Amino acid sequence: MEQPQDNNLNARTDNQYVRSLTEEKYKYGFTTEVDTEVIPVGLSEEVVRIISAKKGEPEWLLDFRLKAYRYWLTLEMPQWAHLRIPEIDYQAISYYADPTKKKEGPKSLDEIDPEVMKTFDKLGIPLEERLALSGGMAVDAVMDSVSVKTTFKETLLEKGIIFCSISEAVREYPDLVKQYLGSVVNYRDNYFAALNSAVFSDGSFVYIPKGTRCPMELSTYFRINAANTGQFERTLIVADDDSYVSYLEGCTAPMRDENQLHAAIVEIVVMDRAEVKYSTVQNWYPGDAEGKGGVYNFVTKRGHCRGVDSKLSWTQVETGSAITWKYPSCVLSGDNSQGEFYSVAVTNNYQQADTGTKMIHLGRNTKSTIISKGISAGKSENSYRGLVKVGEKADGARNYSQCDSLLLGSHCGAHTFPYMDIKNETAVVEHEATTSKISEDQLFYCNQRGIKTEDAIGLIVNGYAKEVINKLPMEFAVEAQKLLSVSLEGSVG
Amino acid sequence: MNNINNSNNITPRGQQAPSLRGRAGGEAQYLSLYRECRELIARHSSEVMNALRDEAYGHLEQAGFPTKRVEEYKYTDVEALFAPDYGVNINRLDIPVNPYDAFKCDVPNMSTSLYFVVNDTFYNRALPKATLPKGVILGSLKELSAQYPELVARHYGQLARTEDDAITALNTMLAQDGLLLYVPKGVVVEKPIQLVNILRADVNFMVNRRVLVIIEDNAQARLLACDHTTDEVDFLATQVIEVFVGRGASFELYELEESTPRTTRLSNLYVQQEVDSRVHINDITLVGGVTRNTTRVALAGRGAHIDLCGMAIADKQQHVDNHTFIDHAVSDCTSHELYKYVLDDEATGAFAGKVLVREGAQHTDSQQTNRNLCLTRQARMYTQPQLEIYADDVKCSHGATVGQLNEDALFYMQQRGISFVEARQLLMRAFVGEVIDGVGLEALRDRLHHLVEKRFRGELGKCGDCTVCK
Repeated sequence: MEQPQDNNLNARTDNQYVRSLTEEKYKYGFTTEVDTEVIPVGLSEEVVRIISAKKGEPEWLLDFRLKAYRYWLTLEMPQWAHLRIPEIDYQAISYYADPTKKKEGPKSLDEIDPEVMKTFDKLGIPLEERLALSGGMAVDAVMDSVSVKTTFKETLLEKGIIFCSISEAVREYPDLVKQYLGSVVNYRDNYFAALNSAVFSDGSFVYIPKGTRCPMELSTYFRINAANTGQFERTLIVADDDSYVSYLEGCTAPMRDENQLHAAIVEIVVMDRAEVKYSTVQNWYPGDAEGKGGVYNFVTKRGHCRGVDSKLSWTQVETGSAITWKYPSCVLSGDNSQGEFYSVAVTNNYQQADTGTKMIHLGRNTKSTIISKGISAGKSENSYRGLVKVGEKADGARNYSQCDSLLLGSHCGAHTFPYMDIKNETAVVEHEATTSKISEDQLFYCNQRGIKTEDAIGLIVNGYAKEVINKLPMEFAVEAQKLLSVSLEGSVG
Repeated sequence: MNNINNSNNITPRGQQAPSLRGRAGGEAQYLSLYRECRELIARHSSEVMNALRDEAYGHLEQAGFPTKRVEEYKYTDVEALFAPDYGVNINRLDIPVNPYDAFKCDVPNMSTSLYFVVNDTFYNRALPKATLPKGVILGSLKELSAQYPELVARHYGQLARTEDDAITALNTMLAQDGLLLYVPKGVVVEKPIQLVNILRADVNFMVNRRVLVIIEDNAQARLLACDHTTDEVDFLATQVIEVFVGRGASFELYELEESTPRTTRLSNLYVQQEVDSRVHINDITLVGGVTRNTTRVALAGRGAHIDLCGMAIADKQQHVDNHTFIDHAVSDCTSHELYKYVLDDEATGAFAGKVLVREGAQHTDSQQTNRNLCLTRQARMYTQPQLEIYADDVKCSHGATVGQLNEDALFYMQQRGISFVEARQLLMRAFVGEVIDGVGLEALRDRLHHLVEKRFRGELGKCGDCTVCK
């Protein structure tokens, strides 16, 4: 009789784990009370013109936006992803929210609302340079539609490195922006790219001149604050010949019952022998345990390795968002260029993620590596979708893909949809995927040594994701590991 | 679209407006053919088969042929394949053929019960002397479905749902005959059954063939189906095979295509497996024009096991597209999938394999492998191994590779006096050997090795030394 009782006890404690962990609070879910100038909801050519006017943009950029908007009108929402996306009312969203402008009375641009400062402090993003660790990172802080502050701008400029918000870049370096904007992600690329091109607000612009190694990590922190708004950031990174930069991106949003839309574009241009490392820890509000609320994250990220021996590396830890639709890609057109994609995607409760990469080999001897680790728990759906394409002229192209899925719980889904289109006989392409749950043996081994099931799962999962986490810069790696333990241990195998 | 009429002349059906064809719906000419010849089609078929035609017509009209934007047909342009004019033998005219003349057996020394299907008609004039075990029914689907209407109606069209696939809908709408194999409970058919599908016509010709296989509980059978084309005209053959495998039953199906570069084969194979059943399928494409094989396996009973293998050797402009779907609907099933392609010249290969593990299908063990050799710059390979998993206690893996022959191995052999050409062939044969070695019939296995070797040397795999040809 003792045996079943034991089992019951176990089951109960297991359930407690599950409950306590799935109910884990999203600690970035607060809202900042700050006067925000929000334009009326709705999307029209008029709105596009208003956004452009607010940012004081030149004619060519307005034209670019209008072209994109008109093209977007002809498109329909894509249905191919393994996602259930509720219908989005694009007329119910405000496309521009500016927390830096007080409604009454003009203020100087440099003066930041102390509430906004406090917000970023609370998020652990120091906006005061003296507070940053020596040799720390330069931050571009974006709240809603506006870049609040960019730190270490002057220090970087001494080396010729441009790091500022994209709005500022449009004013200060129009030639550079004009040359590269939309050159990697055309406004006709997809539905959300067209939308973003029409209404994009702030994001970061980075230019690393020839032969320069960026002395510190550059980072952008995106924060959604205002309700009923969407965030449409745009980031453009250009690494000129023989340069190097490591760039980090972080993001959070308040807890709200309604869904918020985030549709970003990141474009990266990598020239001869240059190297760009782009890391993301995505922690948008994922919605509550019942699947209510959360951010819809529809992002187009693409890098173009134009130069010979260039290298682009994407690392992402995806833990947030109610729906993630994101495929950071590499176009490898320079000979000997390399693309890398390391990803950990975690979904819990009712989260849905359809994420992966595209590696497009066009140049000779191009190499790409894809390591993707999906972890699904609760009632979530987690898909890897990837394309490896080898063009006719890409002699000696080499790809290695590995995508593993871990299932915690019997109500979640883990899927892999890899595509391989090979048009060159000298290509070597490998794809491997496995799906499994945490093995009983591993758990038993840990239990036997006095490690609680909960901790054991944490250990195993961390080990499973280590390959990717190790690719992150140190500060991010610590953060990512913490995030994993929060969003992950949703169930006991 | 032509219909062969009584005078055995091929006459165009007259007022067919060319505008009905083309991008805006290549199915229109087939729909109008059905509308015009509905009575005729029905008269030369059986009631069971006729019962589903109207519904199939509706589904085809509704869905139309898939365009290249449809994910399932991304790499095979079905619309273009159906666009040309083909003759259709709706009147069931006897096409003069002696299958023994037309067909040179490729599998000698294998004692099989040999049957022929000429175009889509079961050839019942030269039935093999070998008798099948008692209770086993094999013969013309048209005739047998009139004889056993209940048995056939219970199964016909049950797996091949016309709403899901336009080719299945077209086939159901137009197919008038084919083959039925029924093995009752507990009966073991020792001798493999060989079915030779012969395409024979003097004009460009369309064939809609239908096969129904029912293997009842604890029964066993093995079926070898070979596709051959005897004439140098354009053929378009659609084929729908439905296979029901009962509790504890075992079934092996080998499909071997050796047609001509002018033959298009669109084959949809549906399999449903009950508790503890075992199925082995091996789909081999050696010579053909455009080949599209869709295989859908439903593992509906616990403990069912499927081995799904395939291989393609393609050259010139050949196109081979294998689409597989394995549905793990219940727990404790296993599936092993292995597809290998060797692509030469300007050949195109496509493979899409999806494994679905439904919620509750615990202890599923599924492996999927797709390996491809591209021998020339112009050869193209598209591969999509996919997993969709909704259960946590499962072991699933898939792997896909595209590459070339190992240079070190080639060098090693050349160093030891083996010519480059020979070394290359050795490696290619070893590459596909893995698929062939899974074949359960020894004689067939040997023959396949031989055929593949010949195929790699560019010779057609015809022989002249078996009993059939004498």
